[in-house]
Order: sequence, then C-alpha cells, then structure tokens
Amino acid sequence: MTAYILRRLVYAIPILIGVNLLTFVLFFVVNSPDDMARLHLGQKRVTAEAIRAWKAERGYDRPLLYNAEAEGLARLTDTIFFQKSLKLFAFQFGASDAGRDIGYDIAQRMWPSLAIALPVLLIGLAFNISMALFIVFFRATYIDLGSRVVLVAMMSISGLFYIIGGQFLIGKLWHLVPISGYDQGLDAWRFLILPVIVGVVSGIGSGTRWYRTLFLEEIERDYVRTAHAKGLSEGVVLFRHVLRNALIPILTGVVVILPLLFMGSLITESFFGIPGLGSYTIDAINNQDFAIVRAMVFLGAVLYILGLILTDISYTLADPRVRLQ
Amino acid sequence: MLGLLVLALVGCGESAWNNPYPAADATANIYYSSFAERPKHLDPARSYSADEYTFLAQIYEPPLQYHFLLRPYRLVPLSASEVPEPRYFDAEGNPLPKDAPVASIDHSDYLIRIQPGIRFQPHPAFARTQDGRYRYHSLSPEGLKGIHRLADFKETGTRELTAEDFAYQIKRLAAPWTHSPLAGLMREHIRGFAELADQLAGLESAHALKRAAALRQANLSGVEVLDRYTLRIRLEGKYPQFLYWLAMPFFAPLPWEADVFYAQPGLAERNITLDWYPVGTGPYMLTENDPNRRLVLERNPNFHGETYPTECMPEDLDSGILNDAGRPLPFIERAIYSLEKEDIPRWTKFLQGYYDASGIASDAFDQAIQIEASGEPMLTEVMRERGISLLTSVEPSIFYMGFNMLDPVIGGDSERARLLRRAISIAVDFEEFISIFTNGRGLVAQGPLPPGIFGHREGEAGINPYVYTWRDGRPKRRSLTEAQRLMEQAGYPNGIDRETGRALSLNYEAVAAGPDDRARLNWIRKQFAKLGIELVIRSTDYNRFQEKIRNGTGQVFMWGWNADYPDPENFLFLLYGPNGKVEHQGENAANYANPEFDRLFDAMKYMEDGPERQALIDQLVEIARRDAPWVWGFHPKSFSLHHRWLFNAHPNQMANNTLKYRRLDPVQRQAARRDWNRPILWPLGVAGGGLVLLILPAWWMVRRRERSTAL
Repeated sequence: MTAYILRRLVYAIPILIGVNLLTFVLFFVVNSPDDMARLHLGQKRVTAEAIRAWKAERGYDRPLLYNAEAEGLARLTDTIFFQKSLKLFAFQFGASDAGRDIGYDIAQRMWPSLAIALPVLLIGLAFNISMALFIVFFRATYIDLGSRVVLVAMMSISGLFYIIGGQFLIGKLWHLVPISGYDQGLDAWRFLILPVIVGVVSGIGSGTRWYRTLFLEEIERDYVRTAHAKGLSEGVVLFRHVLRNALIPILTGVVVILPLLFMGSLITESFFGIPGLGSYTIDAINNQDFAIVRAMVFLGAVLYILGLILTDISYTLADPRVRLQ
Repeated sequence: MLGLLVLALVGCGESAWNNPYPAADATANIYYSSFAERPKHLDPARSYSADEYTFLAQIYEPPLQYHFLLRPYRLVPLSASEVPEPRYFDAEGNPLPKDAPVASIDHSDYLIRIQPGIRFQPHPAFARTQDGRYRYHSLSPEGLKGIHRLADFKETGTRELTAEDFAYQIKRLAAPWTHSPLAGLMREHIRGFAELADQLAGLESAHALKRAAALRQANLSGVEVLDRYTLRIRLEGKYPQFLYWLAMPFFAPLPWEADVFYAQPGLAERNITLDWYPVGTGPYMLTENDPNRRLVLERNPNFHGETYPTECMPEDLDSGILNDAGRPLPFIERAIYSLEKEDIPRWTKFLQGYYDASGIASDAFDQAIQIEASGEPMLTEVMRERGISLLTSVEPSIFYMGFNMLDPVIGGDSERARLLRRAISIAVDFEEFISIFTNGRGLVAQGPLPPGIFGHREGEAGINPYVYTWRDGRPKRRSLTEAQRLMEQAGYPNGIDRETGRALSLNYEAVAAGPDDRARLNWIRKQFAKLGIELVIRSTDYNRFQEKIRNGTGQVFMWGWNADYPDPENFLFLLYGPNGKVEHQGENAANYANPEFDRLFDAMKYMEDGPERQALIDQLVEIARRDAPWVWGFHPKSFSLHHRWLFNAHPNQMANNTLKYRRLDPVQRQAARRDWNRPILWPLGVAGGGLVLLILPAWWMVRRRERSTAL
C-alpha cells in the first residue's frame, strides 16, 4: 500500500503544476498587474509612479511566463509564474498582495469553516442514512412514494432559500438563536446552531434520495434474500448487511470531501458572518489578490488529491477484497 | 437538531436567546455597529476611503477637524491649538498681503502650533526598560515567541506628541514605499517634497529598518520644526485648499518609534504592521483587529480631552443636539464593529436592537420609509413605534453620465455635438432614475456643485437652463419635444444621421454584475431610444471599464466623485482640461477641455470665498452647462436610522471622527432588546411533537411489519 500511496503522490505533482498554471492563466487573462495595483492603491489620485512602485515591491514587474530579456534558465525562472509558484510546493504561501501572512490567515480561518462543515456532515450523514433505511424499509408503499415527492421537492429548493428561510424563522421571527455572527473558542457554539440546522436540512433532499438509491440496489441482492430466508429481522438485515455492503459508494462520496471541509462554504459563511475560508477565497478574487487565490486553489487541489487517496485507502478498510497495489 | 436548540436555550440565562453578544455586556457602554468590507489600510499615509476613515478618524488626530454642528462646513483645531492662517511671500522672501495676486506669490507658509500635553495611546513601541532603552526596538526571534498579536506585548508606554511627529508623517507621504495616494499631489505643493521623494526612491528595496532610519534623518526643506510644539509647512505659490488636507488622516502625526517598531524582522510575518495596528492620539484606540469577525475601538486612556461643541445651527436648537454642550468627550467606552456581509442579517440585527444605527438597504426601504404626498420621506409606523429616528442629508458627491469629449461623434467643441449632448441631457430623466433605482434617495444635479459647497445656488438661480425651466416654484425638465428639436438642429432628426441616413448609434460603457444592473442598463437604453438613438451597451468587468476610460475609447459612461473637502475646486477640477484622464491621467474622466473654462478655473481655484469667487463659479458652471460634457446626474442622499437610546447622531458628511460625540443609554437599550426578542417557544413544541408523531407510528409500523407473517 505504501508504494501505491507514494506513486499517487508523485502523480500529484504534474496535476498540481497544471492546476497552478491554469489558475495563473485564468487570473491574468482577467486581471493585469496594473489592474491589481490600481485596486490595491485605491481609485483616487493613483499615479503611474505609484503603480510602478507597487508592482516592483511585490514582484509583479516581471514578465508573466517568459522573460525574453533574461539569459538561459532565467528566461523561465525570472517570471511572475515561477517566482510566485515555486514556494507553494513547500507549502510556503507567503504574504498576500495586501501584506498579510496567508499561512496564518488560513490557519485561523479553517477552524470556523470546519466547525460548521463537520457537524453538518456527521449529523447529515446520520440523519440521511437513517431516513433512507426507513424509506427502504417501506419500499414500494405510499410512504416510499410520499417520501420521494418530499425529497425531490426539497432538492429543488435553492440553498439560499434555506438560509434566508432559516434566518427568518429561527433567528428573526422566533428569536431562538443569533441570526449571524461568530465568537472565538467555545463561545462559538451559539452561532453554529443555525448554520448547522440549515446545512443539514438543505442536504436532506439530495442526501436521503442518494442513499435510498444505494440501499435499494443492495436490497435486491442474493445475500439479502438469504438473510431474510435465514429468518433475520428486517432491522438486522438493513443495518447489519445492507448498510455495510453499501458502504463503498457512501465512502466514495464522503471520504473524498473530508479534507475539503476545511475550505468552507461561500454562501453559508457570507450570510452567517462566519470568518471561514470560503469567504476568504471570494474576497481575494474580488480584491484581485492573486497571492491568496493561487494559494487557495493550490490548497484545494492538494486536499482533493488527498481526499482521493484517503478514499482508496478506505476501500480496503470497508471491503477486505480490495487491495491497493 | 432540536437538542442543539434546547442546549442553546438553557445556556443563555437571562439574556435574550438571539443576543449575539456576551450577556455580561448587556448594560455596558458599548456602541455596536457593522462593516461589510474589511478595511484595506489603516496606515494614515495610505488610507483614502470612507470605510477606512470610520476607524482611522477615531484614532488619529490631524491638526484640524470639521466643526460637528455648524454649517457651512467649518475647520476648527483638533491637535493644533488654532487654525493656521497662511502667510504669503514673494521670491525675495518679503511678506505679501492676503489679497496679493496669485502670480506674485512665491511661497506660502502655514505655521501649525500644536497643543502641548497631548500623549499617544499606550503602545509597545514606546515601552522602555528601566535604563531608558526602548523595550521592544531590538526584538530577537526568541523575543517574538508567543507573539501573534500586538496585545501579546506585555508592556506599553507613551510619550508626548511633538511637532516632529507631524514632520515625520509628511516625510512618510513622500516615501515611495508608503504608496501614499497623496504623494503625487503634494509633490506639486510642498516645497522639497519632490526632491525628498526622488532621494528616497533608491531605498525602495532596502530593509524596512534602514528605510525608517533614513526617513527619520531625511530633510524635507518645506517642513521645518521650529520648536517642540510648532511646525512650519512651506508650499509653492498659493494653495488655500491645503487647510482641508490638514483635516484628513494623511497629515495626522505619526511617531517614528512606531515605524521603527513595526519595521523589525518577524513582525510583518505575524501581521503586526502599522497598516493593521494604528498608533494615534485620538479618543479611541484599536484594541482588536480581526477583520474576519470584528474590530474593537476602546477609549484611549491617554486622550488629552475635548469637550462637546457649544454652538449649533439655529434650526437644530430644538432637537436637543446641544444637551451635552461642554461635557467632556468621548461618551462611549467601547465600539464594536462586526463583520456583516449581507444586508438581511444586518437589517434584522438593527431591528432586534443589536446594532445602534443602520443605513437602509434597498430591500428594506419600504419597510422603513414611506414617501409622503409632499415627497418627503417619513418613517413607517413600525419604525416610529420602536422609537427609531431618521436622519437624512445630501452627500457632497455627484454621480453623472459622462460623454467622452475626445470622441468624434459625441465629443468635441462643435455645435452639432453640443446640441446632441444637450438633447440627451434632457432625455435622460434622472428624476425617474432616482425614483426607480435609489428609492428616491438623491437630488437631481443642476451642475457639478452639490448643495453645501460654496458656489452652489439654490432655487431658480441654480437651475440648469439648458435642461430645466422654473415653473410653479420648482425646476421642470424640458419636454422631449425640445430635445427632439435639438436633435434635428444637430442633424439627427428622429435619431437619423442626416449625412449618412443611418440611425445614430452610441456605445455605453458599463460594469454589469447582476440582474439589478440589467434593469438599470435597460432603463438607460430606453432614455436614448426616446430620441431615436440606438444605445449599444458594452458591459465588461471593472478592469476593462477603467482601461477604456483611461484610453478614451468609450463614448458614454457613468462615473462619480466624492468630495475630499468642501470646496468648489474639488468638483470643478473634474472638468479642468489639464486634468484630463487620457492625456494627463487626471480625474477629468470626460476629457473635457475648454480654454475659457480652464482660464476661469485657474483664477477661481485659489480665491477666498466671496462674491468675486461666486461670480467666477457662476461663469464656470454656465460654460459647463452649455457645453454639457456630463448629464449632470444626481447628488446622493444618505438616510440613516438610529435607535432612541443613541444620542447626538447628527449628519456631518465631511467629519469622520464623530464617534466621540455619540452617547448611549445602555439600560434603555437592554430593556428594548429584552422586550423585542422574547423567544417564541411553540415552534420547538411543534417540532418536538411532530418528531414524536413521526417516530411513534413509524416504530409501530416497523414492529407490526416485523411480527407479521408472510401468509
């Protein structure tokens, strides 16, 4: 398994270079270094000299990808792309274009993101799986039909509606929890209740329906018929046999997103005033802060690759027949 | 989930369950507000945005400030002991009278005397060891262990403000690495500023400590410290608007110790910089800067003291605005600004009493404001019941539709183009625009000068005769027929170019981001269609839009300007030829150039306010109205709401340091919060009951099914 993981890590390097290059090209197609300087220096009374000085201070006065005036290897290395990208591979994110330490900001902001994403994932998983098993138990009945109608309806509603509706009902109308905000340490829990409830409820439609499909597929298998024939109760069949055998597709969906939980959610964080990484990335795009954008995209790519490796490893745990070679 | 809610309820004690603040602060003298975007800069040499001034102006004290209550806006001393009177000299250094011709003035001197006894806020940069050395000026990597915020430095100190601190800050404005937006302007005015900037340019790549040392030793010939409390600033020629700049944070004093402290290795990596942690002498100091969550201002224990003004405008006397006259400032102990990116939670929290004041988002406008038959805005019944009050004022700003005067069709000095622009000026109905897109929060502009700025004329004398007539005591927009007649005279009958026989088509440059923009752009297209002009909307991102304006490739666009200071020069310079965007990279986005206008502007800009200046302004405005380089657009009106427990909230569009005047009644606030936020429990009961109703039958059915037999 070690060899397999190492091989996957090596494969990740060209992927990360590609992601980095793509981010770089997309960013600079839209924003030139001059645009970035103007945005950072403000809109009024910005002189050409100030723009030049800003670019020089941050290394944006070099050519983007190819330095025709340099000699030898410097043609490639004395460029914005090389100078800004190399340290990423050592996880040195450096300073944002506004001068902040990106590594510190990420370390600070990933915890609030995680504080919402993790409970939403765990509670959602438990609730959705239980609901799906319950519906499967009553498959081909009016309960199954009615549940499907409700689930499809819930899936059809925009996530924004759940957020605004949750804030309106629970925060504004019933005065049960703060409508938005965040606090440090353990005091943060009061502010997490509403986004967690909204996150779980908004995911019920798609989550439960997805798990129901998985379980229905399993329940037609021969081993389930055998279990029934053995005289096992329906509960035991569902929880002990069907659920365990349906774990692989569940793991596929869950483990791959585990590392990405740190990355946060833009809309949720924005509406609930949660200082997480989701809003960090969007703020950086709006502020044309390339240093943060590339760091976040790079981090996202790394975490996604990590998630895929973890998924593969989890297969071996869930199904002893699977071997990683 | 229900369990989570119940947990919340139990944990909240006597405080309202939806209270976002700690229960212990319920009756504390804390002002609560919000911000939507984190401040980019808190360095007074760099900051140039109203959002940032919300914080900076409470911390830093430039020599002057605007009087809180008197109008027109008047400068009064802040850290200075008096408003300096400029003294003029000829090239030989002989003093000249105040009314000397501008051409004869070689330089002008501003003698700034600062108040003795002002001390800086407590700050580690001033902390000293017992033997008198600076405690934190030679930090080692070991010494920085455990340091992540400024508050992690255990010791602080202070010292008295001196004239040197003002001189140091002006030198910082010249330093290229400071990136001060004022550097370009001050090069032209402060003697020796350009030379110093050029001299410092070589140090751009040097270490921050070396730069700070060089800056301290550098000599700026136009800024001389005469004694501990007196500073003389020498300007080239005459520049009376300089006094206004002395009321902005750019000229706030900065201690060299702070620059040296922040320049030390390892601090910038920990985000401990001057741009993040200001060092001022003002009534408040920034004690928490977590722009992802909140910024906290606390009363500066070293504040030198100031008293509430004792004068106000006669019309404000009955409002109780002088109830605190003569009392020491500030009234509020702490101010907490929370990050609130979305309008809905911000507005809801204001209604729940968790913010003391609020603006009004478009979505909430109808909930808060109703327009009376007279056209006056009034609070709705719901707002009045809560004791909320409304304050409105016209901002010293203008939003206008500009024509690129370099364009061969719509621009230029030809009569044809002028008539075309005037026809469009009539057709674009900004009264309708204000009504539809700003909820009536604006005043149609009759020229470049907003109300409250010297030179602005009210009533019939103030209307733009090319677009309005004066009827029944109010301006009335000229009819579309008149606009169509102008089109005909211009050679575009019904929008058809007589020379080519084709419909006139113009390009409109726009930054469009969402559905609201689409509605606005459709409206603009319809305005031009009234004259048969086909308007091609060229939507793009903000960068490309700016590029088009810089290169002069657009034809029609919307732009705006917010005054730096309340002087007509700060608006009329937007139409000054040598300030053209394309040729001179100035703020004249329409690239308007009229030699007569430029000549009159040169004569007017350095004049004292008075009848002579008014006459020149009248001429300038008339020329601009005749040439119509802009459709004059509108001056925005700001609407702000305040709870009944917040006092002395008086609109002042120029002063940013108004937090010190505000007073709170936290007990009244707490009572209102409790009253308005009683938790409604029945939904919890319903949710719990619903769960039981779901689970029990399901459990029963499962049991029944389990026990049932196949046959």
